[in-house]
Amino acid sequence: MGGGPGRRGRLRGAMRVPREQLRALGLVAPLLIFIGVTFIAALATMLMRSVHDPVVADALPETVALLRGWDGERLPAEAVYETAARELSRAGEERTIGQVAGRVNRVQGGLRSVFTRTARDLEDEAPDPAAATGTPWRDALIALDTAWADPATWHAIRTTGERFTSRNYLNAVDMDRLPDGTIARQPEERRIYLRLFWRTLLVSGAITILCLLLGYPIAHLIARAPPRRAALLLVLVLVPFWTSLLVRTTSWIVLLQTQGVINDILVAIGLVSDDGRLAMIYSMTGTLIAMTHVLLPFMVLPLYSVMRGIPPQHMSAAASLGATPLQAFLRVYWPQSLPGVGAGALLVFILSIGFYITPALVGGSDGQLISNMIAYHMQTSLNWGLAGALGGILLVGVLALYMVYDRLVGVERMGLH
Amino acid sequence: MGDIAEMVSQPRQEAPPEVHVEFAGVSKSYDGRTLVVKDLDLRVRTGEFVTLLGPSGSGKTTILMMLAGFQTPTAGEIRIGGRPIQNLPPRKRGIGMVFQNYALFPHMTVGANLAFPLEVRGMGAEERRERVGRALELVRLGELSDRRPGQLSGGQQQRVAIARALVFEPSLVLMDEPLGALDRSLREEMQYEIRRIHRTLGVTIVYVTHDQQEAMVMSDRIAVLRDGVVEQIAPPEGLYEEPERAFVASFIGENNRLHGRVTGMTDRDVCEVETGGVRVRALKVAPCEPGDDVTLSIRPERVEINPEPGRYRNELDARVEDLTFLGDHLRVRLKACGRDDFIVKIPNVLGHGGLLEGDGVRIGWTASDCRALNHEGGEE
Repeated sequence: MGGGPGRRGRLRGAMRVPREQLRALGLVAPLLIFIGVTFIAALATMLMRSVHDPVVADALPETVALLRGWDGERLPAEAVYETAARELSRAGEERTIGQVAGRVNRVQGGLRSVFTRTARDLEDEAPDPAAATGTPWRDALIALDTAWADPATWHAIRTTGERFTSRNYLNAVDMDRLPDGTIARQPEERRIYLRLFWRTLLVSGAITILCLLLGYPIAHLIARAPPRRAALLLVLVLVPFWTSLLVRTTSWIVLLQTQGVINDILVAIGLVSDDGRLAMIYSMTGTLIAMTHVLLPFMVLPLYSVMRGIPPQHMSAAASLGATPLQAFLRVYWPQSLPGVGAGALLVFILSIGFYITPALVGGSDGQLISNMIAYHMQTSLNWGLAGALGGILLVGVLALYMVYDRLVGVERMGLH
Repeated sequence: MGDIAEMVSQPRQEAPPEVHVEFAGVSKSYDGRTLVVKDLDLRVRTGEFVTLLGPSGSGKTTILMMLAGFQTPTAGEIRIGGRPIQNLPPRKRGIGMVFQNYALFPHMTVGANLAFPLEVRGMGAEERRERVGRALELVRLGELSDRRPGQLSGGQQQRVAIARALVFEPSLVLMDEPLGALDRSLREEMQYEIRRIHRTLGVTIVYVTHDQQEAMVMSDRIAVLRDGVVEQIAPPEGLYEEPERAFVASFIGENNRLHGRVTGMTDRDVCEVETGGVRVRALKVAPCEPGDDVTLSIRPERVEINPEPGRYRNELDARVEDLTFLGDHLRVRLKACGRDDFIVKIPNVLGHGGLLEGDGVRIGWTASDCRALNHEGGEE
């Protein structure tokens, strides 16, 4: 090494920083790529699907274009029927008719079979345009199915033919766009999502409160216990984490069901008669009990870590200053534990808003939450657009909650230092 | 309850003779086998500043915690103003307490911290503000009422903690190593501050520390504790000049400890002790007979180097091993009495007479400065 620690040495030191940053970036790159592909891209795709649906527009492009000029009240012109027949028949050959029928069916029930059958019939025996006069295509289609004489069918094609649509979001909040373009609430019997969102919020709130009530004393106990016992208690809190969620949930079924352990015990000790066995599962009660159990550690851990930072001397000091135990708790301990309460409550609330497996297994019909509906649309009805819209609303709600927390606790924290 | 302002205006009264705090035969065991505090008898007079001084594990904090009500005695009785208080919870004892790490409430302002004890007593807002203001002035922090403890320096936090322990005007204040977290210069400043407050208010203070210098600065009396037993309780001068036990002699200030055997009595108070091959005369503190093992304790500043011949009853040869210049005094390590760690301090008044390492010198001291204490085996 020549020159000593002169200017050049310092410069070289300054140059080293970006290289180290580059190396650090290289080390986290796999994670970034992984998150990018599995999380961000997947999320973006789902959100995209909720507003973008090109299936009908791709399969019936000319029909959709022609329908833009339609007045929406009388039956469309002959040219529209002719184009529709041609494109339906092509969709039948290209095997895309199933998807098109599914989309249209969501807007107007019963159209699925109309579309698939029409496409099949058109393939089998295409009407001969030259042989007829007047409106041969219209007559031919109506002959195949009377639904083609109903403007609602054409409405359905026009609506689903829009590549970008707000339909999914409207449906997700129990609304729909009427043929004349106005937005109105769904008929009473079709309003399900808002009620489900509301129920999800209520259940999540209830679970959060239950977790707080149960978790606060435990967290306090662990935070005050001598190190060895604290470690043991912490392990007991964490054991559920090491057990499969499925196992934990199904063991609740074993415990809670009508012929289950708890009912058997109650009957055996005579608290409950044999025909009066309690229905504790496959209902909201089951969802509440099982989810509170599953989510309790998420409340205990943040509480514990905050409580451990509260010196035990503070309670002694409050007592020596003349405070009753209740005063000492309310004025000295509780305010200092608030950041933990906030973090734990936020965590439990957000997790329970999106919880799926437990309500699906023990919730019965009235214990289902919005995530179960999302799963239904993903797996059963295959209406991914609506699933994406429901998920999108959920995501926005959670982000809003997080911002509220950041505001509240952020301010609180700043005040502490 | 008096008024701080009234108390401030009053000159400090001589400690009235009545007993404020009394421990009668108090023992404490945490595990049911070993006693942390053994049969403690201790009286603190009203207005007195008593320090419990001892190494860690000597039971001093336990004694304080029993007095504050956070620990219950296993046996014996604690009385405040003649009234037994074992069954009184801490909040009803009306004792001000300053904790080791201040225990200020971080989420409240300084003012709210001070108002807390008044608030829980149901005092009105007007009177609260007045008292908080006066207490802050007492510790000279008048303008910091709206700050939070986290924004204060260690010394300021300490002052707030003291003000909070005083604001509800207790007649007894306990302090548990309150200055332990402060750096040295701040600690000395706070020692004088606490002494000033004590003299101003005339409250009884029981103070716990392991720092003997701190105890010397502030206390009216110091109780030296070891293994749950009070070894000696006396004013600072008495403890330093006339230690009755070897432990006290070594714990308070520096001293030379020599182990020896009594060979004879020269008169009623003075005995002759053989140590390291030489015979010295020592003041008989613990009862002893010829043949007994004793520990001799000599303060380094009470030994003179090269005294006028015949001045002292104890004179012997020594050799300078090591010289350390410490500003106000010179520390000389000598080989004497069969040991090579005999320390002598020469005050830096007129130079040090040109001592050099390796010099042979004479050293001498009076018999009364050499105290023959009970022998304690195994301790150096």
